Parts: sequence; C-alpha cells; structure tokens
Amino acid sequence: MRYLLSWNGYKEEMMTDIKAPAARPMAPRPLSPHLEIYRVTWTMAMSIFHRITGSALYVGTLMIAAWLVAAASGRSSFETAQWAMGSLLGQLVLFGYTWALLHHMLGGVRHLIWDSGTGYERSTRMNLARFTFIGSVSLTIVVWAIALYLR
Amino acid sequence: MASDHVNQTMRTEMSRVKGLGAAKSGTEHFWQHRITAIANIPLAIAFIAIVISLQGKSREAVLHTLSQPLVAILMLLFVCSGLFHMRLGMQVIIEDYVHGEATKIAALIANTFFAILVGVMCVYALLRIGFGAI
Ligand code: HEM
Ligand code: HEM
Repeated sequence: MRYLLSWNGYKEEMMTDIKAPAARPMAPRPLSPHLEIYRVTWTMAMSIFHRITGSALYVGTLMIAAWLVAAASGRSSFETAQWAMGSLLGQLVLFGYTWALLHHMLGGVRHLIWDSGTGYERSTRMNLARFTFIGSVSLTIVVWAIALYLR
Repeated sequence: MASDHVNQTMRTEMSRVKGLGAAKSGTEHFWQHRITAIANIPLAIAFIAIVISLQGKSREAVLHTLSQPLVAILMLLFVCSGLFHMRLGMQVIIEDYVHGEATKIAALIANTFFAILVGVMCVYALLRIGFGAI
C-alpha cells in the first residue's frame, strides 16, 4: 500500500535494494544473457551476419563512388583507381565486398520470406540459414571465377 | 466505457488519433526498406553482371560500356535504391545501439549526409560518363 501512496517511498525502497543487495536473502537468479555462454546456432549467426554485411556494404559504397568518380575524372585518376583495386589488398576487399553483397542479398530474401508470414518452422529456418551461407559462398566463387576468366 | 478504456491503455487521445507509437512515425520506414530491398535484388544482380563485364577492359571500353543507356540507367537505379535502403538500414542500427539523445541525433544526421554524399558522387560520375563529357 505504501508503494501506491508514495512514489518516493517506492523509489527509496528500490535504492536501498540496489545499495545493499545482501540485506535480503536472494535466490540465485538468472543473469542477463552473455554472448560467451551462448551456443552459436546457424540462425543466430546468420542474423548477425546480415547486420555485419549490411554495415560492410555501407562503408563499401564509398569505394564504388570513388571508383566511378575516378573513371569520370580522367586517365591518371582512373589508372590510380585501377592500380588500387588490382593490388592484393584491393582484390581482397573486392572479394569481401562481393561476398557481403551476395550474402546480404540472400539474407534479405530470407527476411522477405519471413515478412510474407511463412518460413518460421524449425527445419525451414535452419535450411534458410544454411542456404544463405552456403549459397553466398558458392555464388561468390562462381562470380570470381567468371571475372578472373574474363580478365 | 470509453473513459475506462483510455485509463487502461495509458495512451492519450491524441496518440490514438495519430495512430503512432513511441517511434513518432508510422510504418513508412518499414515499407520503404522492404520495397527498396525487393528492388535491390535484380539491381544488385545487374550491378554484379556489369562489373564482371568490365573485367580486363581498357579505360575507353569501360567508359563506353558505362555510357550505354541501359547500363547507365541500371547503375543509377541501383545507386538510388541501394543508398536509400542503406540509409534506412543504418538508421535502425543507430537506433538500436546509440542511446544518448544528442549522439543519436548526430549519428542520424551523419548517416543522412553520408548517403547523400555517396549518392551525389555516384550520380554525378555516371551522368558525366553517360552524357559523354569524358
Ligand atoms: C538469447 C539471446 C538473444 C535474444 C533473446 C535475442 C533477441 C533478438 C530480437 C527480439 C531481435 C529482433 C528481431 C527482429 O528484428 O525481428 C534480435 C535481433 C538481432 N539480434 Fe538478437 N537475440 C539474442 C542473441 C543475439 C546474439 C548472441 C547476437 C549476436 C552475436 C544477436 C544479434 C542480433 C542482431 C544483429 C539483430 C538484428 C538483425 C536481425 O533482425 O536479423 N542476438 N535479437
Ligand atoms: C542486394 C539486395 C538487398 C536485399 C534483398 C536487402 C534486404 C534487406 C532486408 C530485408 C533488410 C532488413 C533486415 C531486418 O529486418 O533486420 C536489410 C537491412 C539492411 N540492409 Fe539490405 N538488402 C540489399 C542490399 C543492401 C545494400 C546494397 C546495402 C548497403 C549498401 C544494404 C544495407 C543494409 C543495412 C545497413 C541494413 C540494416 C541491417 C540491420 O538492421 O541489421 N542492403 N536489407
């Protein structure tokens, strides 16, 4: 009843609770989730991958914009851009960008399937998650195989 | 009774009229994100195909390809849809992780500026190449 009558009384009660937790015998309570005690599952991993690849694509747009501006600027800037992208580091970044785009695209399809209200069964969730990862890695290799063949 | 109902829901009459929650906006964000996501699928595939076709080409050949109307239009569509989608997506990430009101607003403004900067760079370059000014 005191809680209902006096907001301050309620607040003080809470404060004393926080300051002296040992004052009252407490049953062991669940702790907030910690990343390290969670078993990594496909679905969880693909959820975080979607956000990470989305963020990587975000930063990578600057690279595409720089390349287009270099192409539109003149011979020497275009050649500088081509050299940067052709370097080992450049090729690694481009390979990563290709994978990020393809992975995020397939992950996006997965989200769109869920948005339609389907695909929530345990086995479907699992298959979609595996498909996203295996599909994106395979497609990236195919895309690069074609690109290297054409070069 | 109407008054009972209002007391129970903790929602003001105004919020009921507006139909908006704590986000202070409706479902536009969600819909625009999905619509651009759908558009991104064919456009990203086209983008990858265009970039692959440019492999091992000289500067002249690259500029020639990029100035083809179909190629230029597909690139422009991908840039617009992709950056619009990207800005909405990053807004969600910022709202998830940045909690201070001032830093959140600063991050949201930076997000918008980044998307516009990258967008103008891409559109300017594509139009310049497409209109043969290079
Ligand atoms: C038991 C532990 C967890 C719970 C209860 C939980 C719960 C949630 C919920 C409710 C959402 C919103 C889903 C939506 O947007 O529809 C979410 C999204 C997300 N979670 Fe978790 N999560 C857990 C563990 C994790 C872990 C361990 C990670 C990363 C290592 C993670 C990363 C994310 C990310 C990146 C998103 C947003 C992306 C997306 O919606 O796909 N979560 N989580
Ligand atoms: C290629 C086709 C693409 C599809 C189908 C797609 C689809 C999606 C979908 C459905 C979401 C919402 C996920 C959720 O509910 O949590 C999303 C989030 C996002 N997308 Fe995309 N997207 C695509 C391309 C891109 C591109 C090109 C970029 C950046 C340049 C991008 C950046 C982002 C970001 C930053 C998020 C927020 C991630 C999060 O909230 O965890 N996406 N995408």
